[in-house]
Formats: sequence, structure tokens, C-alpha cells
Amino acid sequence: MKTVYFIQAILLALLFAGCGSDSGKEQANAHPAPPQGLSEWQLEHGIGPITSKVTLEAVNVELAQQGQALFDVKCAPCHKVDERYIGPPLGGVVKRRTPEYIMNMMLNPDEMVKKHPEAQKLLAKYLAPMTYQNVSEADARALLEFLRTQADVVPKPE
Amino acid sequence: MINVSLIKKRLGLILFAGAVIFALVIACSTPQQLGTATDDAAAKVYVAPGSYDEFYGFFSGGFSGQVTVYGLPSGRLFRVIPVFSQNPENGYGYTEESKQLMMTSHGFIPWDDAHHPELSQSDGVPDGRWLFINANNTPRIARIDLSTFETDNIIEIPNSGGNHASPFITPNSEYVVASTRFSLPIPQKDVPIAEYKQHFKGTISFIKPDVDGHMELAFQIMVPGYDYDLSHSGKGPSYGWSFFTCYNTEQANTLLEVNASRNDKDFIAAVNWKLAEQAIAEGNYTTMNTEFYRNYIDHDSRIAHSERKSEVRVLDPQKVPGLVYYLPTPKSPHGVDVDPSGEYIVAGGKLATVIPVHSFSKMIKAIETKQFEGEVDGIPILKYEAVMAGEVQNPGLGPLHTEFDGKGYAYTSAFISSEIVKWKLGTWEVVDRVPCYYSIGHLMIPGGDSKKPWGKYVVAMNKITKDRYLPTGPELAHSAQLFDISGDKMKLLLDFPTLGEPHYAQGIPAEILMKNSVKIYPLEKNQHPYAVKSEKEARVERQGKAVHIYMTTIRTHFVPDNIEGVKVGDKVYFHTTNLEQDWDTPHGLAVQGANTSEILIMPGDTKTLIWEPKKPGVFPFYCTDFCSALHQEMQGYIRVSPANSNIQISYNGR
Repeated sequence: MKTVYFIQAILLALLFAGCGSDSGKEQANAHPAPPQGLSEWQLEHGIGPITSKVTLEAVNVELAQQGQALFDVKCAPCHKVDERYIGPPLGGVVKRRTPEYIMNMMLNPDEMVKKHPEAQKLLAKYLAPMTYQNVSEADARALLEFLRTQADVVPKPE
Repeated sequence: MINVSLIKKRLGLILFAGAVIFALVIACSTPQQLGTATDDAAAKVYVAPGSYDEFYGFFSGGFSGQVTVYGLPSGRLFRVIPVFSQNPENGYGYTEESKQLMMTSHGFIPWDDAHHPELSQSDGVPDGRWLFINANNTPRIARIDLSTFETDNIIEIPNSGGNHASPFITPNSEYVVASTRFSLPIPQKDVPIAEYKQHFKGTISFIKPDVDGHMELAFQIMVPGYDYDLSHSGKGPSYGWSFFTCYNTEQANTLLEVNASRNDKDFIAAVNWKLAEQAIAEGNYTTMNTEFYRNYIDHDSRIAHSERKSEVRVLDPQKVPGLVYYLPTPKSPHGVDVDPSGEYIVAGGKLATVIPVHSFSKMIKAIETKQFEGEVDGIPILKYEAVMAGEVQNPGLGPLHTEFDGKGYAYTSAFISSEIVKWKLGTWEVVDRVPCYYSIGHLMIPGGDSKKPWGKYVVAMNKITKDRYLPTGPELAHSAQLFDISGDKMKLLLDFPTLGEPHYAQGIPAEILMKNSVKIYPLEKNQHPYAVKSEKEARVERQGKAVHIYMTTIRTHFVPDNIEGVKVGDKVYFHTTNLEQDWDTPHGLAVQGANTSEILIMPGDTKTLIWEPKKPGVFPFYCTDFCSALHQEMQGYIRVSPANSNIQISYNGR
């Protein structure tokens, strides 16, 4: 039986090797790389175009509604708020990650999954890599605002 | 070397000599002995992993009906662009979104014979916007959008047979051209073939590549019933003119290999298209009833539409003096190529013992001083001596086509003696020659028919491969050969096999193409009537016997993926929208028992597969393009009930 598990592990690894969305280049690696090379900022706030603190005020309802509409089109195919779907549930994500991390994950998922230890852990758990969905920084900001309205949603246990 | 001057003009002897040379080449050589590459060839064609080739070559597929794209200098095939033939690899010509591109006045045609790729030009230089290619058999011209490498327009050419001299372009992409290789009764009628001379006519057509985003037939010129063979447009001083070779001035209608090879000279037709525009503007044309189709991909819905057209504007050279002149040219000329300066017009007199070169400035002078030796149907025939700039002596046997390196040299393919001959413009002396394996047709230098050739490589497209590759039974690959022309001597670098039969090719630097490349189709711009923009909108609707599935794909599932209530006798439309918005994330769809190909859906696009179930049961469908680690999980079921069942449509949406 051990051999069977071993073969399964190899097959899974092979599947991973074939699944990178950035074809022909360095493939995603299921094993977290040491965080060396990442700055303190990047470890906390992610790797991507958001390189300074996002100023948050009281939730902007209109912006959150825009974010919800975007969420239905670009995120809902893989994410639910209150339970695991293809990817992790996003209820309360704003309590687990910084706003900058969340936006960088939307804006630069390829590099995040390749280099950031937290993103690599999630890939190892959920197997489907976070995809780039052609969102602009303004889109990402609206999505963040929507996720802020879901801060108190406690997802069902997986 | 065979002394060509001894052969004189006897066609039989020339062909015999060619056959002897060819037989000797085949019999006496092995790949090790002949046509071996130079020592540093491997380094010169090596393109490191992850790097792009410097140039990309668009090769016609000939009887495959498609275009193939090769990197140069590596010779790596990396794309087939479907054009005139259905392509089950991605559903082109099978999907509801693309079928209409193949409509003609003869109905739906899933194939053609594609010969001459032609890049769009700005100021006489390839600009990387479009590629055009002709259909020889059922005359058409296709336009390929090089931002997506997709065929987006196909226009049928009426009053034509054998659209060979096509789609050569004018320097600012004002027109692409078409003409009749096979003259016809125009308009078509039921007549005895023996009455060819009485009834058969030729046409030369000018097509605008972009009128409101679509191709449009601007006008046709009625010309004598010869076989019009190849073309190129003037540039620089000869801007405003296009040149067409013609053979069979004998007007034979049977056994042309003998009967159309009798005259010492045939013609190059020089057409003043600026004057044609003026005649059209002045109303000096007739409108002829005809039938042809203009097909195009609608930009917003990305669905192909067909328009049936019923009229064409026709110009008569007798009524527009100066529109067409004939330049006598020995002997059944094939290619006609205009040098980068626009002054020299080079003919490939395929049965001639010299390469005749005409001078544009001498042609203009001869017209002004009326140096005519006759007239056909209102078209003056200029005197050969009055227009000739020079003749290249000993150019090899069976010269066909010429390209230019932009450094003052011309390169002519010689089919019978199977070689490329390099010669100097102006002095007409042969300076180098190199054998090809075997029987070269066209040759290509990137930009080699334009004002500014990138004269680094020449590619030979050979008709016969024989012993160059692993034997694969009677049917063998055609092949191409790459030569370095950066020095005085041409050097063979590489052989590479090709798909179909490449006739002509055109090449362009990668950096020009890359600028325009599109990565995804933005979902918000998708106006396909059956598109769904989110999984919430995914649904199934019955309309009589038609069942429309509005389906979505994203890594790694379909919505819906369980569908019930379909009955035997229904026509099921899988309208599938790929919700992905990342580069290189297509999904595919195949349904068991579908009498059609799969579909491949690019990110943000919608494609439709039709499935007509014939028996009750539950049938799987799945994604055909390995898309993620969980690709094998990307599947669904569709349940089919008997025709008289009462089961209502149901599905699992979101």
C-alpha cells in the first residue's frame, strides 16, 4: 500500500508540474521555498503592485456594491464567502490578511503563488492555483471593500 | 555545368536536360555528400530554450488550406492558422461562430488550396497587422488578424477561376489583388469548350482590405482570356501600378503543356490602378450582376456573418485608355517581382533561358512615345526592346520567383536545375548559386518583396524531399531549406519539413508581431448573444426542440455540469463561455457522440457546439484541454430521455 501512496504522490506532483498558468516558464512548486529574498513588507503585505499602505476609512457602501458585482463575475467561480469551494472561503479574510496582501493576491497571483510562503501553503492545500482575472487596481480596491463587508462571516469548518 | 546557350529555345530539350540533371542529383547523392551545412550552422540556427526566433515565417499550406507559422532561423513549427479548411483541433469551421466564414456562392466549402501569404504593408514595409492568403480553387481571399492569429474575413471573388495571382498587396494596403488563372465564360454560361477564344475572358480584381473593418471588392478589369499567373505591386516610382504575368496567350483549351508553350513571348500586364480609381470615381464603369459572398467575424459578438452580394463594378480597358499595357515577356512567365527601388520588374520566364528584367522608367517612356507593336482588345502591347532593362544570362533552368536582399542583389529560384541563383541588379551578372534539395518553387527573404527587406536569410520551399527525411511510404513531407545570405556566398544552415505544400511564404521580425498580440478577450466586451458573464447566469432553456445550454468554464468545472430533461430528437446547443481572464487558459468541450469536432474556447470567449442525441441514456462531457491539476475532474453528465418523456429541463446552476 505504501507504494501506491508513493505513486499517487508522484502523480500529484506531476499534475502540479503541468498546471502552471505561466506556460513554459518556471513552474509553481508545492514545497514552500524559504522566505529569503522577500522583504519584511512583502512577507506581511504580499508581492505585487501595492507597495504602500492602503488607507481605510468607514466602509464605502457604493464601492462595496461595485466590488460585489465584480466578485460575482470574476471570483465567484472559485470562491464562496461562507464555505470552501474551489479555493478558500473569503469570510473574515480581512481579519487574517492585510488589505495590501489581499489586493496583491488578486493583482499578482502568479508571482505570489511562486514566491510567497503563505500563498504556497494555500496552493498545497487547495491544489488549484489562484488565477489572474484581469482585474485593475481600482477593481481590486472595490473587491477589498466588498470583502470588508464580509469581515464577520465565519465560514463553515472544512 | 550544362551550357545553357547550347540548348537554345527548344522546350523539349530543356525539359530533357532538366530531367537528366535532376536524375543525376538524385542518383549520385546522399545527404552526407551533398547539401551539407557549414560547420557553424548549428550555432546559427540554435535558439535557446525560452527565447524567441528573430523572424517568423508565414507559410502557405497549399492543399492543406491553412497557414503554418515557423520560427526562423530555428525552423520550429509553432502554429497552424486555420483559414480555408475546417480544423477539428480548435473547432474552426465546425462551430456556430465560424461556419459562415466558409460560405460561398457554391454553398459551404470546408477546404481550399491556399498559395500566397501576403503581409499588410505601411509605406511599402510589412507592418504586422494582417496576413492575407488566396484560395485557388474556389476563388477567395482571407484576412488573418495578426493580433489573434485568427482568420476574420473571407471574400469570394466572382467572375474568376483559379485565383492564383493573389492576394499581392499595394504599398499602403490600399488593395489586395486577384485574377483568373483559368479564364471562363463571363458571365458563366453553357458553351462548347472548343469555343474558348470566342467566349472565355479573364478578370483582374482589386479588393479593399478594410472598409468599415471588412473586405470589399472594389472593381474588376475585364481582360483577354489568357492564364494570369502571378503578381506584385509597384512601389516608389512605380507606385500606383500592379503587374501580372500571363501565359497561354495562345488561348489553348487542351493539353496546355504543349499548346500553351508555342509562343516565344507571353506578357506581363501592367495595370494602372490609380487610373482605375479615377475611372470608378468618374462613373466610367458598368455594373454587372453576379453572385459572391463576403464573410466576416463580427467584432463584438465574434460570430461569423455571411453577406450575399449581387453586383460588381467592371472596367473595360477599351473604354479606359491607359489602364492596362502588355509587356512582352519570354516564355510563359511565372513570377513577377518588383525590386525594392520600384524600378525593376523581374519576370520568371519558366521556360526561358534568361531572366528578363523590365524597367519601369523605360516602360513609361515607351508609353509616352507609343512604342507599340500591336494591341489586344484595346490593350497596347509595348515593344520588348523598349521596356527591357536587361537579361540575366545563365540563370539556371526554369527560373520561377525572385526576392531581394535590399543590398542590391536578387535571388531567383530555378525549379528545373534545383538551385537558388544570386545576381546583381543593374549589371545582371550571376554572382553565386547554391543547390536546393530538391526542386525549389518559391523562395522567401523576410520582407523580400517589400521596400526594405531584412536580408539575412533566404528560405527555399522545395517540392520534393526524397531521401532528405525518414521514408514514410509513398507520401512524403515537403520541405524548406534555410540559407544564410549575410555574406557574399549563400550558406545552407538548415532543412526543416513543412505541412501541406508551402508555395509562397512571408517573414517578419518577431518584435513587430509581438507588439500587437492580444492575451485574452475581456469578458465585459463579449457581446455574443448566448454569452454568460458569471456562473449565476448559467442556465438551460428549452425552445421547442432546441435546448440552449448557457454554460461557463473556469478552472476546473463547468456550470451546469448535470443537465436533465433533454429528449431524443432535440438539438442541443452548448453555448460555452470561458470565464477565465488570464493568458493561456483555454478550456475545451467534447460531448460523447457529437457528430462534430470539439470546441476550444479562449479566455473570455464564447463558442457553440451542437449535439443531437439519438438514443436515451446519460452521456458525459469533459474539458479537452489540460487546464489545471484537477483537469481530470472537469466533467459533466447530460441525461437523454425518450422523445415522449415528460421529464422537464433541470440543471444544477449556482
